[in-house]
Amino acid sequence: MATQISPASGRDTFVGRAMSRVDGPAKVTGLAKYAGEFAAPNLAHGYVVSSAITKGRITAIDAAAAEAVPGVFKVITHENRPSIAGEAEAYQDMVAPPGAPFRALYDETIAFSGQPVALVVAEDFDTARYAASLVRVSYEAETPHTDLEAQAGSSYDPPEKRDGIKPPPEPWGDAGSAFDGAAIKVSQQYRIAHEHHNPMEPHASTVVVEDDGTYTVYDKIQGVANSQLYLTNAFGLKPEQVRCLSPYMGGGFGCGLRPQYQLFLAMLAAQDLNRSVRVVLTRDQMWSFTYRPGAVQTVSLGADTSGNLQAIRHDALHGTSQYEDYQENIVNWSGILYGCDNVELTYRLAKLDTATPGDMRAPGAVTGVFALETAMDELAYATRIDPIQLRIANYTDTDPVEEKPFGSKALKACFRQGAERFGWSKRNPEPRSMRDGKELVGWGMACGIWEALMMESSAKVTLTADGRLEVGNSTGDIGTGTYTILTQIAADALGLPMEHVTTKLGDTDLAKAPVAGGSWTAASSGTAVMKACRDVAEQAFKLARGLEGSPLANVDFERVVFSKGRIEVAGDPAKSVVLTDVMRQTGTETLEATGSASPDKDFAKQYEAYTHSAVFAEVKIDEELGIVRVTRVVSAIAAGKILNTKTARSQILGAVVMGIGSALHEESMLDHRLGRFMNRNLGEYHVPANADIHDIDVIFVDEEDKANPLGVKGVGEIGIVGTAAAISNAVFHATGKRIRDLPITVDKILAA
Amino acid sequence: MLIESGSPGADARIGITLTINGEKREIDVAPWTTLLDLLRENLDLTGTKKGCDHGQCGACTVLVNGTRINSCLALAVMKDGAEITTVEGLAGLAQSQGVNTLHPIQEAFVEHDAFQCGYCTPGQLCSSVGLMNEGHAKTREEIREAMSGNICRCGAYTNIVDAIEDVMQGAAR
Repeated sequence: MATQISPASGRDTFVGRAMSRVDGPAKVTGLAKYAGEFAAPNLAHGYVVSSAITKGRITAIDAAAAEAVPGVFKVITHENRPSIAGEAEAYQDMVAPPGAPFRALYDETIAFSGQPVALVVAEDFDTARYAASLVRVSYEAETPHTDLEAQAGSSYDPPEKRDGIKPPPEPWGDAGSAFDGAAIKVSQQYRIAHEHHNPMEPHASTVVVEDDGTYTVYDKIQGVANSQLYLTNAFGLKPEQVRCLSPYMGGGFGCGLRPQYQLFLAMLAAQDLNRSVRVVLTRDQMWSFTYRPGAVQTVSLGADTSGNLQAIRHDALHGTSQYEDYQENIVNWSGILYGCDNVELTYRLAKLDTATPGDMRAPGAVTGVFALETAMDELAYATRIDPIQLRIANYTDTDPVEEKPFGSKALKACFRQGAERFGWSKRNPEPRSMRDGKELVGWGMACGIWEALMMESSAKVTLTADGRLEVGNSTGDIGTGTYTILTQIAADALGLPMEHVTTKLGDTDLAKAPVAGGSWTAASSGTAVMKACRDVAEQAFKLARGLEGSPLANVDFERVVFSKGRIEVAGDPAKSVVLTDVMRQTGTETLEATGSASPDKDFAKQYEAYTHSAVFAEVKIDEELGIVRVTRVVSAIAAGKILNTKTARSQILGAVVMGIGSALHEESMLDHRLGRFMNRNLGEYHVPANADIHDIDVIFVDEEDKANPLGVKGVGEIGIVGTAAAISNAVFHATGKRIRDLPITVDKILAA
Repeated sequence: MLIESGSPGADARIGITLTINGEKREIDVAPWTTLLDLLRENLDLTGTKKGCDHGQCGACTVLVNGTRINSCLALAVMKDGAEITTVEGLAGLAQSQGVNTLHPIQEAFVEHDAFQCGYCTPGQLCSSVGLMNEGHAKTREEIREAMSGNICRCGAYTNIVDAIEDVMQGAAR
């Protein structure tokens, strides 16, 4: 079991406080460079030609007119591309689901709409774009199938399970009979639309061919180690030939977990032409790869008249591509969030003619918890029990699946503090009972849950004689605040001001760390940095103790603290030495250490680790216009220790905003005749704009957890889970209309 | 659909004069090149971002003669003679007005954590300055409405409004 070691060895100077982002100045001055912004001599520009059909094959490509444009170097297609790895396994990245990954320009087969069919490479962007419009591609088209419900008949239990995604547990009890015999029953179908991540930065890669023939690659990726692995496998390169960097990433939300096709195309062109190449996708092309797949779910809840759950059934039908079995944990939450003796959960996939879906912020939980928590609200009305009381009646401190207690679960504190802040006690539960002028007012709540994960991770720190510390590993800061929290942890561990600590991330030359995802970075990289710092601290301490007449002589490492640039005896600050003096007097140029962190097996044997939340939403609805406004959200979060209350709050704020998008706005609409997403732009795919967002209040409740030495659980995803259910429940409270089909758009309000 | 505009070539270029972040520059530019592409591709001013290239996201917002515009929707040749301020020039703009560090809106964005990934931030900042120049928005509600041309997918909206309100109140003091 991890003992709680405070990173400051007793003094949290920066950890736990509201610190501004250390990368803030770079981001507000325009100096922060993103993948498509790095310059190189003689940089060529690639522009992708996208397939006009969804399914079938290319019969001919006429690139003559394009190649005749002055400034065009080459139009690369499957017919003339350089030789690349043949077997599909070579294209499997670190987080690939089971199957054969998509290989761009591999052959004439078209598997999804917008699939890249050619790359036009030219001396500048304008020329490449213009020439791309001249490429003529002929196809033989087949009828695509993209309607999930129409494919339900051929759905299947995925034979190979996706790594890291728990399949539904074996049923326990007898959910069927228990449901049939229950006094109160709720059984409904819930739908969520396909959503696209749409980070503000379109996907981009710049491959720089160095003089020695190696490649420096700037990629939009949530972890450069994954890009490097992918490139070395697909192109038969050695890791030392490919250095991948991603110092800043213009939003990920999951769509940057896997290397995308622009990286492959940029490297292909760079090798083919032996010159540096940049490929940037258009906004339209951001609909040509990963997305959060829509789902059709049925949740059946049986309860006694006091609201005690007697049966839970949750079935999900989910879409994947023809070539990979992407999977999410959608239904398992229904077996974990509440205690119930009879539970049956199922998850089936159906093949669609789309690109492989992928993880999007809290994948699975956003989808499944929306259904469960809306059903719980329906049960609250059916039993006439307050929604919070209903959840408390079914509360469990033990994970019913694993039959282990949660390491910590301060969800009741979330209920209490969230309800108080929101004013829940003033709610009249009767639908349509609350008004504000012309508008109906609705108050709804829901729970959220997400895994508190940790991944094997390392970090290197180097202390130099001038008292400056460099910290680094290869994971990415995708806007989450990783640069800042690692700087805080390191500064506290060695008692340095934050300005004397430089954190470097997103570079395969740095210590190895996983992709940034799953809300595991704070726990994983944070612990690795802390361990490395403690190592350096001990080295410095030993040097200090050995100094002639050292005030630290005969003192153990455990009894000193590092503070304000000094090593001092705990409780006796008069006995201290200055850290830089130690370095100088011992003639030490640098002290360095690599720390590594991995999940605590002893902890995992005894406990399960999850974050929890209680989300409260107020909506105001103009019923004549069908317009829903989310005027207030209170999100109370139990996520262990909060390292930086400013950046962690922003994580929750942003997740709530995306949850509002999921609830009210976001829907990638397929034309099933064409198998094509129709609204491939930010005007027709509506993500929340500033005017859509009103008051959001974030509460972090106290929660002590021992899964890792820092006590952190991660906050990147928990804020979105349950938000859509809280809103849909508020819509019911306001209108008396239960809309089980996200997003809740004007037409659904008017039609209900 | 094709844009049969002919192939790009040096002979098609047009000479224009722009004052960019206080520096007067003579530039030869193709008639179809947007102000955004000119800044990013030709002048290495990559602070201004391309998010959609369709005027739908606001990431490319710059100030032209003090007015905020989507630089992806403006052809560079149409702005001949104009004064352009990009995010790289905001601090200089402030310095010309007697402030010695970053522009107050830049400071406020850092203080209020009004961004996460930072990609929409240059556009949000220029848009904020444009909004304040316009002088119409007084309340939070009006700021929200007038900042709705700038999408932030990280969802920093409430912090963006806090930052702008902070600067507006500071300016009023």
